[in-house]
Amino acid sequence: MNPARGARPIFASLVLLALVLGCWQLATLGKRASATGDAEYQGMISSQRSGLPSPIEIAQASWHHLRSPFHDGGANDKGIGIQLAFSIARVLLGFALAMTLAIPLGFVIGTSPLLHRALNPYVQVLKPISPLAWMPLALYTIRDSSLSSIFVISICSVWPMLINTAHGVGSVKREWLDVARTLEVHGLRRALHVVLPAAAPTMLTGMRISMGIAWLVIVAAEMLVGGTGIGTFVWNEWNNLSLSNVIFALLLIGLVGMLLDLAFSSLTRLVAYQE
Amino acid sequence: MTAGFLITVENLSKTFCNSHGPIAAPVFEGVHFTLEEAEFVCLIGYSGCGKSTILNILAGLEEPTSGRVLMGGLPIAGPSLERGVVFQSHALLPWLSAERNVAFAVRSRWPSWDAAEVARHCQWYLDLVHLAGSEHKRPSELSGGMKQRVGIARAFAIQPKVLLLDEPFGALDALTRGLIQDELLQIWAATQQTIFLITHDVDEAILLADRILLMSSAPRAQIAEVLRNPLPRDRTRQSMYHDPRYYELRNHLLDFLVSRSGRHHKVVPSQGGGARFVNESLQAGRLQ
Repeated sequence: MNPARGARPIFASLVLLALVLGCWQLATLGKRASATGDAEYQGMISSQRSGLPSPIEIAQASWHHLRSPFHDGGANDKGIGIQLAFSIARVLLGFALAMTLAIPLGFVIGTSPLLHRALNPYVQVLKPISPLAWMPLALYTIRDSSLSSIFVISICSVWPMLINTAHGVGSVKREWLDVARTLEVHGLRRALHVVLPAAAPTMLTGMRISMGIAWLVIVAAEMLVGGTGIGTFVWNEWNNLSLSNVIFALLLIGLVGMLLDLAFSSLTRLVAYQE
Repeated sequence: MTAGFLITVENLSKTFCNSHGPIAAPVFEGVHFTLEEAEFVCLIGYSGCGKSTILNILAGLEEPTSGRVLMGGLPIAGPSLERGVVFQSHALLPWLSAERNVAFAVRSRWPSWDAAEVARHCQWYLDLVHLAGSEHKRPSELSGGMKQRVGIARAFAIQPKVLLLDEPFGALDALTRGLIQDELLQIWAATQQTIFLITHDVDEAILLADRILLMSSAPRAQIAEVLRNPLPRDRTRQSMYHDPRYYELRNHLLDFLVSRSGRHHKVVPSQGGGARFVNESLQAGRLQ
C-alpha cells in the first residue's frame, strides 16, 4: 500500500494538530503559573487578558459564536454567519461584475491581436495597483461603503480572468478553428461550441486565481470601511482586545477560502479535456 | 473545360511571404489538374513539396498566390460544406465524444434536424468505420486508428461532393492502415463521392486511386506526371500483388520518387550522381 494514501496522512495530520495545540495550551498555562507569586499582579493581567489565548479559550469563544450564528441584535451584534454571508455576498457580486466585463473583453482581446497589443499596456499598468488603493476613489465616487467594497473586489478579480480568457481564446488550436471553418461554423456557434470549450480550462484557472484574490481582499476592504462582514468583525474584536474571537474569525476565513477554491477546482475538472 | 470535371485546378502557385515579401522561391507553381465526379485521385510526392498546401487551397483554408480552383465551374471562395476535410492530425475536438464530434458536423450541415435524426445519421457513419461501442469515448481514450476513423466518419457524414484527405494514415501502423484503407474503399463504393487523397505511400496510392498525380520536389514543384491506374477496380491488397502491372506501376512510381522527382537539369549522370540527387531532393523536402 502506498504510505502517502489512505488513512495514514490523515492520522499524521491529526497527530501534528494535537502536538501544536498541546504545546500551545502548555505554553499559555505556563505563563499564568509563573505569575502566581503576586496575586495582585496576576489579577491585573487576567483582567486585561492581553496574553495569547489558549486553544481551550478559543474553542469556548468559537462555541459561543457557533451556537447562534445567525442572531441579529442590531448593528453591533450580528451572528458570525451573518457577517460571513455579507462578505461572501460582496465577493460573489464583485466577482460576477468582473466576469461580465472580463470574459467578453477577454474574448475580443484573444481574437484580435491588434486589440491585444493596444490594450496590453493599460492592463499591465492597472494590474499591479493594490485593490485597496482604489478605495478612496471608490468611496468618493460611489459614496457607499458596501458598494465600494464590491467595486474593489471586481477591480482586483478582473485581471486574472481577463488575462487568462484572452490567453485561452488566443491559443485555441488552429486545427480546431479549421474544422469549424470547413464545417461553415461561424459567429456565436463557433464561439460557444469551439472557442469556449477549448479555452474553458484556462479561463477557469484565471477565475480560480481571481476568487482567491477576491477573498483575500474582502477581509482587508471590510476592515478598512467597517459596517458589516467578517473583516469588520476581525477589526472590532481587535478593538475589543478579544484575540480568541480574532483567531476564531481567522480560522473561518481560511475555511471559507478553502471551500471557494475547492468549488472552482471541481468546476475546472468539469471542463478539463485531455488531448 | 469539359463537363464532368467536378474540380478544375488552374495554374496554381504558392509563395510563402512575410511582411517584407516572399521568403523563398514558390513552393509549387503551374499546378494544373482536374477531379472527375466519383473519382478517387491520389497526390503523391515528397514532404515539403506543397501537397498539404494544395489540399488546403482546395479546402478553401488557404489562398493560392496565383491561379484558381473551380468547382462546378465556379471559383471557390473559402471553406464549404461541399468539401469535407480529413485532417492529417485528425483534428477532433477533444472535449467531445466520438459521437458528438460527428454530431457537431452533422448539425452544421443540417441545422434543422432534431436530436433523433442527428443521432441516427451519426450512428450510421460510426458503424461504417466500425466504431460501434466506442461512440461515447473521448478522443484521448481512442487509439490513433480510431481517432482517424472518427475523422473520416465526420467528413463523410456531411455528405460533401468532394472529400479531401491529407495523409490520413500517415501516423498509423501498417495493420491499422490496411484496415482503414479497406473501410475507406467500402465507404467510397457505397457513396460514390469524389475523393482526393494525399500520401507518400506508393502502395496506398496504387490500392486506392483511379488516377495518381506525381508531384516533383520543392521549390517550384509541379504535377510532373498523371498516371491512370491500370489495375482492375475490384483489386484488394492481397490480389493486386499477383498482377504484373502492379510491379510495373510500383517501379515506375518509385523510380519517379527516387530519381526523377527533382528538377531534371540538376541530375548529374555520373558515378554517385543518383545518390547525390536523392540527397538534394531530400534536403529540398526539409526546407519548408
